[in-house]
Parts: sequence; C-alpha cells; structure tokens
Amino acid sequence: MRDFFMIIFAAVFVNNYVLSKTLGICPFLGVSKKFNQAAGMGIAVVFVMVLATAVTWPIQTYVLAPLEIEYLQTIAFILVIAALVQFVEIVMKRHLPSLHGSLGVYLPLITTNCAVLDSALSNISEGYSFLHSIGNAFGGGVGFLLAMVLFAGVRSKIDQNENIPASFKGLPITLVAAAIVSLSFMAFMLK
Amino acid sequence: MTQNSKMSIFLKGLIKENPVLVLMLGTCPTIAKSNNVFNALGLGLCTAIVLILSNMAISAMRKIIPDKVRIPCYILLIAGFVTLIQMLVHAYFDEMYERLGSFIALIVVNCIILGRAEMFASKNNIVDSMLDGAGMGLGFTGALLCIATIREVLGAGQFFGYDLPFFSTYHFPLLQKTFGGFLVFGIMIAIVTKLTAGKAPLKKDFACQGCPSAHLCHGECKEEKEVK
Repeated sequence: MRDFFMIIFAAVFVNNYVLSKTLGICPFLGVSKKFNQAAGMGIAVVFVMVLATAVTWPIQTYVLAPLEIEYLQTIAFILVIAALVQFVEIVMKRHLPSLHGSLGVYLPLITTNCAVLDSALSNISEGYSFLHSIGNAFGGGVGFLLAMVLFAGVRSKIDQNENIPASFKGLPITLVAAAIVSLSFMAFMLK
Repeated sequence: MTQNSKMSIFLKGLIKENPVLVLMLGTCPTIAKSNNVFNALGLGLCTAIVLILSNMAISAMRKIIPDKVRIPCYILLIAGFVTLIQMLVHAYFDEMYERLGSFIALIVVNCIILGRAEMFASKNNIVDSMLDGAGMGLGFTGALLCIATIREVLGAGQFFGYDLPFFSTYHFPLLQKTFGGFLVFGIMIAIVTKLTAGKAPLKKDFACQGCPSAHLCHGECKEEKEVK
C-alpha cells in the first residue's frame, strides 16, 4: 500500500506531466485562460487517463503479451483510447447530460493528448501491476490538474498586465511564465 | 503545376509556415527533446520521415477513405508508420532509441502530422503531399535544432556532445531542464514575432487549431466554451 501512495506522489509532483515531462502542452497553454475551464479540462484528463489505463493494461497483459505482438502496442493503444473516449462521450451525452455539459466538451480534445498515451505506455514500460498503474495514471492526471489550476492563476495576472513588450504579447510571455512555474516543481527533483 | 510552385510547397514549410515557430504545432516534443542537438536531430528526422510517408499514403488514399471516419483512418495509418520507424530505430540506432524513449511512440499524437494530413494531404496529390511533408518535416527539424543549439551551448557548454572552449567553463545548467525548454521556446517565438513585425500568421487563439483533435470536434468545443 505504501508503494501505491509513493507512486501517486511521484506522479503528481516529481514526474508532473506538464511541468517536468512537458507533455500535454497544447491544452496546458490553450485552455488555461480561465480558472473554470482549466479545472474542467484537468478533471477530464484525470478521468480519461484512469480509464485509458484501466483498458490498455489488460489489453497489453492478456492480449498483446501472450500473443507476442507487443510491437502493435502503439497502434492498439491509440485506437483503443480514441474509440473509448468517443464511446464514453456518447454514453455521457445520452445518460448524464449534466456531467456532459461540464466535462463533455473537453473529452474530444484529449483523445489524442500525448500525456494520456504516454501514461498508458509508461505503465507498461515501468512494469507496474494493475493497481499501481491505476495509481500512476490517477497521479499523472491530478498532476496535470494541479499544473492547469496553478497556471490559470498566473495567467490571469499576465493577461491584465499592460507592460509586456509588444513582441512578447500572447504566447511568448505565456511560455516564459510557464518556465518560471516549472521551476517551482524542480524542488521535487533535487536529490 | 510549374516547377516554381512545387518548390514553393517545399519551401513554405521551412520558413514561412514553419510548423513550430509559426503554426505552433508539435510544442510538446519541441520543449521536451530540444535539450541537446543529438536528440533534436534524431527526433526531427524520425518525425520528418513519418510525416513524408503518412502524407503520401493519406494522399494516395484520399478518394477511398470515407469522410466521416477519416480521422481514425489517418491515426491508424500514422500509427503504422510510427511503429515501423520505432522498430527500425531500435534495430539500427539503439543509443538514439534509449535517449528518445517514449517520444518515438508519441510521434503518433504529434499535432504536425495529423494537422498536415487534414490540412494538406487530404486535398492534394501525392507528389505535392510528399513535398509538403518534406518541407514541414525539415522545418520542424530546423526549429528543433535552433532551440537545441542554444540550450546545449549555453546550458551544457557543449555542441553535439563535444566541449566548447569558453562555454564549458561558463554555462547555465538550468537551460538543460524543463525551465530552459519553455524559456528558449518562448524567446524564439518572440524573436519571430519581432522579425516579422507580427505579420506571420500566428495563431492568436491556438487552443483549438493547435490541437490534433480540433478536427474531431470541428471547433465546437471552442464555441461552446466561449458561450459558457
């Protein structure tokens, strides 16, 4: 059980997807303008990451590995994740309209998010058990959520600032701010 | 088509519509793997090869693939080529395979590839698509190399793994970390904006266009979000 919490902690802080592995940058920069959107996107990523791992881990262990077709991993995972997210979105739209209203719009955006695919692939390459994989995926998603929410706060300050040089306006200053925010997560990497 | 326009298809990817610095596609691998020139060159060339092959295949099949299921078809084709490259790199360039890690597999979800498939290859013939793929792929490699050179020289005092006389004593190791990736990339974009005086077709709101799934939701996500 201690391992489980260690894995979650490591995934949230030490190997934070956005600020230390730099995956999932598109939604991180694109949807972090408002706090609500950032939080919604983050929760959707937690959901999809856990779901993707819950499906891809059994596929790898019980289908690809026994048949010795591990080289099909990339193709199998991306198709399964894409199909799964579309499926969940359709079911959610039909049966849980209120949840779809708040999370549904973000779901298609993250079908092919690199952080989701990387979490599914890294669980296999790290050799985690099913429970540990779920923990890693959950932690990775929470880390993404944390980074989104923190950065949405920083960004609201930047967007109000009038003193930014013209050529830095918009994306460049956002990236520089992201660089400084990523420094705060470096404290966890020092040994 | 004349020789001239063929050339312009190839050249526009290099500078005018550079995928990284102007179209803002493929930001994740750019930031993550631009810490040294070796990684940048390896990842850039792998991506370029996948891009050329997938553009050609998608262009060849553009009349067969039904419009409604085109995105899953494209992803499947791209994933096939990525697996091919992954196996070749593992077999012949083992050191590069170790250093790039999961980023070779992650070429599948690189926005540049799906973006070019949707924007160019699905509408143009095979030769044009190949030239577009080559231009975009080399543009991506070039931009990665620029960022990687700055980060490796100033951050590690080396170039392609060889120590440089002055910089090996005075360097700034933080540039090798994630911090440097964000910082140098941000400054590069600022320089491009300055040089082009804001004329480059910078995507101001690249939330939707920049993401590979933008085509799945047809920008609906953006409109709905704005309504909220």
